[in-house]
Amino acid sequence: MNKDIEEGSQKPKRFKRSKKPEKNADTPQKIDYTIALAGNANVGKSVVFNELTGSNQIIGNWPGKTVERAVGKLSFEGKCIEIIDLPGIYSFSTYSMEEIVSREYIAFEKPDVVINVVDASVLERNLFFTIQLKEMNVPLIVCVNQIDLAKQKGIIIDTDKLSKALGVPVVSTVAIRGEGLHELMETAIESAAQNTVTDTNILKYGAEVENRIEKITEDIDSKNLDLGYPSRWVAIKLLENDPEIRKLVETQSREVVNHAYALAREIEDIHNEPSFSVIASERYFLANQFAFGAQLESKIKITFAEKLDKLVTHRVFGYIISALVVGGLLLWTFVVGDFLSGLLSNAFSFFQPVDPQTTGTLTSILWNGAFGGIVAGVTLVLPFVIPFYLMLSLIENSGILTRVAFMMDSAMHKIGLHGKALIPMILGYGCNVPAIESTRILETRRERLLAAFAITFAPCAARTIVILGLVAVYVNIWWAIALYGIDLLVMFVLGRLAYKVVPGEASGLIMEMHTFKVPSVSVAAKQTWARTKSLIYVVFPVYIIGSAAIQGLYALGLLTPVANALAPITVFWLGLPVIAGVVLIFGAVRKEFVLLMLVAIFGTNLATVLTPIQFVILALVSMLFLPCLATLTILLKEFGAKATAIIALANITTALIVGGLAYRLFLPFL
Amino acid sequence: MSANEKLSSNIEEYLETIYKLSQKEEDVKTSKISKDLGITQASVSEMLKKLDKMNYVKYSQYKGVKLTDKGLKAAQKVTRKHRLLERFLHDILKLKDNLLHDQACEMEHSLSDEAERAMCQVLEYPDKCPGDSVIPACDFKFTSCDECLNRREEEVNEVGKRNENLIPIMDLKDHQKGKVSFIRGDYKVIRRLLDMGITIGAFISVVKIAPLSGPVEVAIRGSKLAIGRDIACNVFVELVE
Repeated sequence: MNKDIEEGSQKPKRFKRSKKPEKNADTPQKIDYTIALAGNANVGKSVVFNELTGSNQIIGNWPGKTVERAVGKLSFEGKCIEIIDLPGIYSFSTYSMEEIVSREYIAFEKPDVVINVVDASVLERNLFFTIQLKEMNVPLIVCVNQIDLAKQKGIIIDTDKLSKALGVPVVSTVAIRGEGLHELMETAIESAAQNTVTDTNILKYGAEVENRIEKITEDIDSKNLDLGYPSRWVAIKLLENDPEIRKLVETQSREVVNHAYALAREIEDIHNEPSFSVIASERYFLANQFAFGAQLESKIKITFAEKLDKLVTHRVFGYIISALVVGGLLLWTFVVGDFLSGLLSNAFSFFQPVDPQTTGTLTSILWNGAFGGIVAGVTLVLPFVIPFYLMLSLIENSGILTRVAFMMDSAMHKIGLHGKALIPMILGYGCNVPAIESTRILETRRERLLAAFAITFAPCAARTIVILGLVAVYVNIWWAIALYGIDLLVMFVLGRLAYKVVPGEASGLIMEMHTFKVPSVSVAAKQTWARTKSLIYVVFPVYIIGSAAIQGLYALGLLTPVANALAPITVFWLGLPVIAGVVLIFGAVRKEFVLLMLVAIFGTNLATVLTPIQFVILALVSMLFLPCLATLTILLKEFGAKATAIIALANITTALIVGGLAYRLFLPFL
Repeated sequence: MSANEKLSSNIEEYLETIYKLSQKEEDVKTSKISKDLGITQASVSEMLKKLDKMNYVKYSQYKGVKLTDKGLKAAQKVTRKHRLLERFLHDILKLKDNLLHDQACEMEHSLSDEAERAMCQVLEYPDKCPGDSVIPACDFKFTSCDECLNRREEEVNEVGKRNENLIPIMDLKDHQKGKVSFIRGDYKVIRRLLDMGITIGAFISVVKIAPLSGPVEVAIRGSKLAIGRDIACNVFVELVE
């Protein structure tokens, strides 16, 4: 408890959680209050969330939506508080999944308090969203965060003035250092306990808009429509021509919708501008007034961060730095990952050999498979993913990644994506699964799909093992590098092809270039852990069950007929031995199985079994032919069965075409 | 501005060429114009002096030539008609690519403003010609294409024409400030822009432009945004001092 901290002291207080023995956020416990965190992206909302809840959080999905849902618990002054971190959004009007999730949550789940985290240095743009939250008619608190960064730029915010203007409590914080969070929570609890909405302080628009909002509000109220949302909010949304809300109201009263439509047309006639644009301008007008009323801005100083920004986006140095960041991230991942992977593999082989077992009793084979699945997850996925996530989190939070995306935008356009898509693509080099999951940062389903498709060809850690283990060891390193090159080429060509084939338009880049800041290691560590945890839930079960099942099938002799049936493809088209069919089926579960199975069947002296060309073709085909089972699972989760089937089919076709052609082309050289 | 001033095709061709070349450099050299039009340098200088007198360009023998506001207006108008026509010939009439330019050159001088508007609507407000050059905005006082679509022919006169020139934000020079006046395209992009603070009437300036036709970084409402070229060529501003 923080009773020892003096009330009203001017010194910044560090926020401390009470050390109550609640190990697990899963354990059922009576929740006194629910608080939702809402705000723009990159305002330090996740930092506030992490500081408040610590490791006591669960990251999952919103039901039926591929939008991340972070829930945490906090014990504060004897109260158990549940905190929901809503996705970072700028408005309630573009109908992205994030926006719909947020607005439905606030309207229907009715949290006791909504804390709107805003960035002190970009107050005007942030208040645009605050105004919309206020229209949702929920108990609201504004948390002006990053006041330290704002001060460096010469911006000081008068919270009292802002509070008076908005009609809601305002607390200033430096979340990254825990400053002001104690006061924030006290204010939040106070508001939650009262649970009253300051209905009296309605933010009014300009007369010609305001009059029409009031008319529609009266209309809705007089008809007693039961919409779940506040009447005034619905009225504004109708004037904005929001299709979702229009549909909702139409189910109850067509008259209201028509009336609102006529009024919206009147506004358009007055302004020569679409009504939604008029309302956005009006909101920004209010936001501007509030921001400048509360802002004591001496003069904008050129900060070190801005000088750094100039360098990082310089027309020459910018590319060098981008290359260094991307290259450094990959190098870091592989060096650290390789080291950890080696360490862990040694530790595991101490217990039990992990090579696939192909003879013996069925139970021992199944056990070997399941255990091998765990080992694969621990030694192949985690060592690469954890360092990657950690570094990614750091460069993401520092603002460097935004600049890299800015510089690489035009290159990414070649495959129909924009700069932001670079982030998941890089991630694909470590492991495809989190990479596909992180395509959520892109705006449209089409872009997410295009990026995910390209990622399924990215040479992940397991593919690297196959290339190195088969080709670098038994042929030579140059052929291994050549295969890497072919893989990148395939990734690019198919990415571009998919871009031409998949219908729809590119959504284009609109990205905030937020200020550089020193990232917090503890926040990065927490993000890394949370992301890793959700990955474990997907990868491990698939690995364990898949490995056991496939080994069982093999031991029962069920795979050999399949391999024989595949012989026309494997033997005649690809020039491989019949056993390759079995090996490839194994590889569909886990890519590195291709290598492990060969060793299990033939021992380490593979050179006597396969010819050099067969090593190259086998590595090439197993690299391309199907995303591994875990990747398929995540594809299924994110994009559904149809898209997954198409991607899988495209992968197989590509592998067969490229493999067959490569066999005929490379034969003279090997 | 006299609305009925009908320019000769020859002048329009010059202005169009200077406009095209001025996208790459501020002062256009006589030699480049001569090369582009296939006319001797001497004749080009002669014509540029004449255009200077008519107040369409500022011409100096050493620095080269620059469009005045009046010149820019006329140049954008004819360039717009040219590129719209190319789009029309390409998309609707399915003409071969190598025929587009010459055909459009012939037709652009006789295309009326009414036909231009109708063509733009039929083509659903294209932003680029088949050769990927940006089509300048129209000169009606609309703030969005939706408005244009909702107005009947006879109402358009009420809306009237703009006095100021519209410039896409990526053409803004360093330290130039613009007032957002027209956003082309469908409402989805417009809404995203509005949410980020790019509303009609907002002041905007360019911080920097990424090389290799990368995105544009703009400063608006105290925040900085990166906007991809494809969107940036649809956000038009009027210059402010």
